[in-house]
Amino acid sequence: MPDIAVRMEHVYKRFRKGQMYDSLRDLIPALTGRIFFGDPQPSRSDREFWALQDVSFEVKTGEAFGIIGPNGAGKSTMLKLLSRIMKPTRGSLQVRGRLSALIELSAGFHPDLTGRENIYLYGTILGMTKREIASKLDEIIDFSGLDDFIDTPVKRYSSGMYARLGFSVAAFVNPDVLVVDEVLSVGDTLFRRKCIDRMRSVIHSGATVLFVSHDMKSVADFCSRALLLDRGHPITIGPTPDVIAHYMNSLHHHRATDQSRPIVISSVTVRDETGPCQRFESGQKAWIDIEVSAHEPCSQIAVGLFLLNEMHDTLFTTSTERLGHGNVSLNSGDVFKCTFEVDLNLGRGVFYPSVLVCRYATSKIYDNWESAATIYVWSKEDITGAVNCFPKVTSQELYRKDYGILTAPPDLSRGKMEAPLVTNSVSRESK
Amino acid sequence: MRQQLLELYGYRGLLYMIVWRDIKVRYKQSVMGVLWAVLMPMFIVSAGIMVKYVFAMISHEPLSIDDIVVVSVKSIPWAFLVASIRFSCQSLLGNPNLVAKVYFPKEIFPVAAVASQLFDFAVASAVLTVLLAFARTGFSLHLLWMPALLAMLILLAIGIGLLVSAGSLFFRDVKYLVEVFLTFAIFFTPVFYDVTMFGQRAYLLLLNPAAPILEGFSSIIRHQNPNFAWLTYSFVFTASTVLLSYVVFKKAEPSFAESI
Repeated sequence: MPDIAVRMEHVYKRFRKGQMYDSLRDLIPALTGRIFFGDPQPSRSDREFWALQDVSFEVKTGEAFGIIGPNGAGKSTMLKLLSRIMKPTRGSLQVRGRLSALIELSAGFHPDLTGRENIYLYGTILGMTKREIASKLDEIIDFSGLDDFIDTPVKRYSSGMYARLGFSVAAFVNPDVLVVDEVLSVGDTLFRRKCIDRMRSVIHSGATVLFVSHDMKSVADFCSRALLLDRGHPITIGPTPDVIAHYMNSLHHHRATDQSRPIVISSVTVRDETGPCQRFESGQKAWIDIEVSAHEPCSQIAVGLFLLNEMHDTLFTTSTERLGHGNVSLNSGDVFKCTFEVDLNLGRGVFYPSVLVCRYATSKIYDNWESAATIYVWSKEDITGAVNCFPKVTSQELYRKDYGILTAPPDLSRGKMEAPLVTNSVSRESK
Repeated sequence: MRQQLLELYGYRGLLYMIVWRDIKVRYKQSVMGVLWAVLMPMFIVSAGIMVKYVFAMISHEPLSIDDIVVVSVKSIPWAFLVASIRFSCQSLLGNPNLVAKVYFPKEIFPVAAVASQLFDFAVASAVLTVLLAFARTGFSLHLLWMPALLAMLILLAIGIGLLVSAGSLFFRDVKYLVEVFLTFAIFFTPVFYDVTMFGQRAYLLLLNPAAPILEGFSSIIRHQNPNFAWLTYSFVFTASTVLLSYVVFKKAEPSFAESI
């Protein structure tokens, strides 16, 4: 198929682990020992370790594809295979077109060279030609916001400036396939936002993007499909929300059978009118079904619901008892179910509904399940922040200073606004 | 192989950039600037002149200007060869981030190390040319051998550079071996003395592939033809070293990232 940008077929990668002979002084005695005196060789399985096993996937041209998984899942190995730094032990890997990897920003910087010189150096390393860099130089410097320091050696830069310069260069490489590691977490909030916008425009321009991260939010933001890896094995592949849900569930898989606590929250499901759901439009209604199982008798318990943002700050809390439904007492073996109905007046982003079971009288918490589920909230309006205040612009007036008198144009007086009126700013919809 | 060479050609912009970086950084860091390129060869030349002076004292002959010319003409290429090997040995280890994290043909590093030394060599040669003009060595058609000799010298530097750069990446003690080797190699190479001083046993010295090249330099500056047979030997040796090193280097390249 012509529109496949990256194809991995049954890829295996093996590493040797443990003490390697990294000097001739150690290697030569070891070899002579083995050859002439028959010293035993450590067994194969002791020395080997499979970082990736039987990984296959395809990414279409222009698609944004996420690769997620916990630490040690094989993400970095995957990156190195994709960028051709390492070769797979078995299997095949094809990439169409020029591939650039934003693996570690500023890896190619030299501390003694100035910012400007480093732009040329790093740009060339990332595969740009000298002419290409020269034509984009002003844009790059402007993007980095380092105009005043661009002729200072980068060894005098702060680490934030270093990273900013690195990303700015990388952001202007126009590859066919872009591999992105955890690089968006550089700089301050403003710069981060700039990076994310830039990434979006790269995706819109038709480049294929492979996004490797354990930051679920950025994967959910950018990628339509994702692959979940765990200890080198591909676990699941599919639409990003499903894959992330699978990942989150696998983290809590042991819960239902957990006998160590008197009361366990055995399941938490988020749904809309039609059934289980993870993507909600801002303002939509959601229902959270909670199931609590008792292994020992407990009295006067209540179920609490709280909501975390991606920084794990608590945004909202409530409970069955606080909402006036009293508390319940459970006997051993009882199952208690309840459902919360909530209006998701939330801003864009990822949120984690979380549940706890407690007894208010004694302030005892029996079970606390943080991030029991994950939901993604999107909104048609361009808004940021944790909440959605459903903003509308009802009036916009321009006052000009004419002949020393500040006047409003006669046709723009307040209160007459029926249709949305735009006088002097760029209309949002036109973007 | 053809594919690999084409790929290397495609990355010539990067090669140029890394050479530029190495030269720029070297001269930025030292206050003396371009003098640095002259100082090291000057040091070797002075040592050579001293050795010549001792020889002259023992044989009760006066030290001729010719001797000094010959020693200088051999010392500067030798200084280039030694520095090239020394710098290529460190070239991969000195850029761990680029070796482990970015894809491009890694032979760029040892080749760039040689190329940046070539810049110093050029500066030193320019100074030497001025000095030779003052010494009235004159011109002759024999000087046309110069490009061929230079090409062989550069190829030899690249061949050894490829091998030691990859070797030192896998085995940390290779760089110490190379240091010791380079320190004492001058005694096995006709830099301060001529192979003719060994009479019948001159061939033992000429087996060293650098020797026919250096002897070649001294021959053409004295308006004589170099020893063609030994030059051919040196050329075959150099070419096969480059070829072999390149194949070994490319073979080892995929495991650089794991081993560095």
